[in-house]
Amino acid sequence: MTIGSVYFFLCAIACIAGALVTVVARNPIRGALGLLLTIVGIAGMYLKLHAQFLAAVQVIVYAGAVVILFVFVLMLLGADAMERPTGNRSPVARIAGGIGIAAIVLFTAYRAIQVYSRATNGHFPSLSEDFGSVKSVGKQLYSEALAPFELSTALLIVSVIGAIAVARTGHKRTALSPNNLTSAHRFFGGPVEPRDAAQPITKDSTL
Amino acid sequence: MTPLSYHVQEYVLLAALLFSIGGLGFLIRRNVLIQLMCVEIMLNATNLLLVAFNRLYPSSMTGQVFAFFVIAVAAAEAAVGLAIILGFYRLRNSVHSDDADILRH
Repeated sequence: MTIGSVYFFLCAIACIAGALVTVVARNPIRGALGLLLTIVGIAGMYLKLHAQFLAAVQVIVYAGAVVILFVFVLMLLGADAMERPTGNRSPVARIAGGIGIAAIVLFTAYRAIQVYSRATNGHFPSLSEDFGSVKSVGKQLYSEALAPFELSTALLIVSVIGAIAVARTGHKRTALSPNNLTSAHRFFGGPVEPRDAAQPITKDSTL
Repeated sequence: MTPLSYHVQEYVLLAALLFSIGGLGFLIRRNVLIQLMCVEIMLNATNLLLVAFNRLYPSSMTGQVFAFFVIAVAAAEAAVGLAIILGFYRLRNSVHSDDADILRH
């Protein structure tokens, strides 16, 4: 066992354990932390594969933005985000479908491993010094991949505007029946109204 | 014995395991938040494959650049998906995909 193999094993165990925690967790917060463990493990794999720039992007975008967004939404939903016991539907069909997908994917991987064992022996070649560095990735990003790079900025801005358009309320008042209370009602004894941003906070203003 | 992590096969196996766990979780869980997390796991598994095969054929950086775009698309997808989950929660007071059945009735 070299030190590289030990590192690979640790990252692989982090990935698999995090993914299993995400799938199994009853509490979605634990699921988000499992996702975080998977993402950090994959960032470690990227370092092992000489993709330093992608490892940094992975940690910044996934661990820093996506997981935090998940945790925000979980906090917003509160206790309503918890798993509820499944009702009348049997889980047998779902588990069978899941095992079918796993069998197909693992068989494909087995075939791929066989093919690469024969063709190139799958052994990683030695590398030049700047493989995976910010300089070499950026050079390709701004020359060959310039059009998709610019289009991805458009995708991000459209998705953010779309997210705001979908998530905003329009502030419609709807009467709630007692058996239809949200967690805001349970915790605060009534609906939580957003403060009017045009009004300055004064002593007698209610939040 | 050659040390581990110097062949592409180990990465293919790990990515297939991660993708299978993500797909399994997407099918057996009924919490849309957990299902969205499972989609992220599957995207990460394919990203790992892209980077591993770029390490196997290192003449250009295409695999890593492609993985970069996949990360950008995944971030956009997470933002829109979570907004849709919030809208769904506001509509049905639930985050369970079994309750998303308005079109069935």
